[in-house]
Amino acid sequence: MAATTEDVETLVADRGYAAGFVTDLEQDTVPPGLNEDVIRFISNKKNEPQWMLDWRLEAYRQWMTMTHPTWPHIHHEPIDYQAISYYSAPKSHEDKPDSLDDVDPKLLETYEKLGIPLKEQEVLAGVKGSENVAVDAVFDSVSVATTFKDKLAEAGVIFCSISEAIQEYPEIVKKHIGSVVPRGDNYFASLNSAVFTDGSFVYIPEGVTCPMELSTYFRINAENTGQFERTLIIAEKGSHVSYLEGCTAPQRDENQLHAAVVELIAEEDAEIKYSTVQNWYPGDENGKGGIYNFVTKRGDCRGDRSKISWTQVETGSAVTWKYPSCVLNGDNSVGEFYSVAVTRGMQQADTGTKMIHVGKNTKSTIIAKGISAAQGEQSYRGLVKVVPSASNARNFTQCDSLLIGDRCGAHTFPYVESKNSTAKLEHEATTSKIGEDQMFYCQQRGLSEEDAVNMIVNGFCKEVFNELPMEFAVEAQKLLNVTLENAVG
Amino acid sequence: MLDIKNLHAEVEGQPILKGIDLQIPTGEVHAIMGPNGSGKSTLASILAGREDYEITAGSVDYSGKSLLDLDASERACEGIFLGFQYPVEIPGVSNLYLLRAAVNARRAYRGESEIDAMDFMKQVQTTVEQVGMSMEMAKRGVNEGFSGGEKKRNEIFQMLLLEPRLAILDETDSGLDIDALKTVAKGINHLRSPDRSTVLVTHYKRLLEHVVPDRIHVLAGGRMVRSGGPELADELERYGYAGLEDEAQQASAVS
Repeated sequence: MAATTEDVETLVADRGYAAGFVTDLEQDTVPPGLNEDVIRFISNKKNEPQWMLDWRLEAYRQWMTMTHPTWPHIHHEPIDYQAISYYSAPKSHEDKPDSLDDVDPKLLETYEKLGIPLKEQEVLAGVKGSENVAVDAVFDSVSVATTFKDKLAEAGVIFCSISEAIQEYPEIVKKHIGSVVPRGDNYFASLNSAVFTDGSFVYIPEGVTCPMELSTYFRINAENTGQFERTLIIAEKGSHVSYLEGCTAPQRDENQLHAAVVELIAEEDAEIKYSTVQNWYPGDENGKGGIYNFVTKRGDCRGDRSKISWTQVETGSAVTWKYPSCVLNGDNSVGEFYSVAVTRGMQQADTGTKMIHVGKNTKSTIIAKGISAAQGEQSYRGLVKVVPSASNARNFTQCDSLLIGDRCGAHTFPYVESKNSTAKLEHEATTSKIGEDQMFYCQQRGLSEEDAVNMIVNGFCKEVFNELPMEFAVEAQKLLNVTLENAVG
Repeated sequence: MLDIKNLHAEVEGQPILKGIDLQIPTGEVHAIMGPNGSGKSTLASILAGREDYEITAGSVDYSGKSLLDLDASERACEGIFLGFQYPVEIPGVSNLYLLRAAVNARRAYRGESEIDAMDFMKQVQTTVEQVGMSMEMAKRGVNEGFSGGEKKRNEIFQMLLLEPRLAILDETDSGLDIDALKTVAKGINHLRSPDRSTVLVTHYKRLLEHVVPDRIHVLAGGRMVRSGGPELADELERYGYAGLEDEAQQASAVS
């Protein structure tokens, strides 16, 4: 128990004093606004080495020269970056609902359907006093995590928060951070580089196959650290790892902006499988509230014969801007992208992937399934790029859109650039409406309208679900069914 | 079992059925024949609960229930099965998955618990052999990449597994080679029993040589213009529908 308590303390406690900023845990919030002092405060708070602070500041200065991208096919109110508080900011007690009675009943209904226990519902909904429950939950998961930690340590695998990694393994972090997504990469990545508060760090040593699926579930992040997450996964030569991200419960979260960065590095013969189930709060049916999700995810197949595979099921967020990508540097390296994205209500998504072929005989596969219902707007945006060095590069792209109802939209923006004549690129795209014929066929066999939609949609997504780890696939399917409830008619 | 009275239906203001009267007694097999565009498939779809048509007059009694008040899935659970003329593909949904859901929907409708997975597979095994289908095909996506003949065979497979009280087969015989036709006929005959009825919608006499119906009705121009015993098929084969269409036109001129 002692070890557990310590772990919890490291999770929740502030790390020492920062000169000039005398704060205690209760007032651990910087006022809204962003400037170099705020970044110094964050870095100090986390007891970071000088190089990390310098890196953040450099990112911030670059960000200052950049502008918000206008090319995505999404529309939202301009974001006031000076109105956001950039440090952890546990929500003030007064803002929280007193009990589940004060929580949007629709949200609770969804929890119910996903089979989430009452206590957990309180935590997720941010009910006053449920912090104790959260700590309990942390206790539980930390003890779970500790058992796993022993097993992982035995294998030499490092799995911890990025803040911890900066303290404990500064050399590894320093070497790799920003090597896949440079701090000046894009507007949101630069912002994240300047102000990231936490995230995950994974290091798999040479020749090791990680003995278990790594999941953020085992390392419940303190409330609100999700806003500017930064994840770094390094797979050394010949190692294998499967990483699961996300929580299938919709979070009640008032944070408008989420700008995360994920960097994956696969050395020779290494394999990384990264799975996401994202179900952030999508806003209500009138488009009020909801998360703006601007994420930069990129994997570098650095070594020969390395492989990086992205699998994602995205049903949440009001606005999604996300293109998990692979840079295929190593010869014979492989990149994969399997995606199901759902937009309904007033949700908007501009999402897809980039496959950059640099090495010889590199191969990439893109399977993107978009489902739009109600007034959901969805765009697939994908780039397949073959540079002159990438002889015999192969790509297969399939993007399918399924429309439910007649008020939603689906768009496809495929970009293909090939500078090598030996490359073979295939692109298939379909757009279909859930056919009345399909619906009638299922209903004539006895299925209810609801079950018929679920069956058709799940069939449509099957190729992607097949790529998810077993227990995730079941949850994803369930989530999709709940998400699309009453979508027809 | 089925009693259709003065059924009128239209689509986008265009009348298609103009007063159909038809009785199908329990335990009988009836064939509905007629030229293209006479309303045969419309009638089959309406009976199965397709909502693209507007019923402007008439009633349909099914074993004491008003059929038109039930939706498609309720009708299915009440024992009505439609063998589709053009069975649709549902990519990624396995045939067996759909069928198990269908079996369980019926059981839930009757207040019964879900079917045991082993029992279900046993039934599947038997039925697959009956219609000469491979297990691999039964497990494939619903009609995904099936040939025309395979799709029809799959309809019969589903019908046998679901054991409907009233099977309506919409041109299940079209596009079949002789072997497939025999299999389909065998399947229909297998289901023939004193407590079930079957409606065969067909253009040709061919199927009726293998499944001899109790009655044949001829639909032309949205009306039943002739009814008779199995011998009516021979007459139609000899003289065609041309004369009957004239009759229908005259009738509609009068009305």
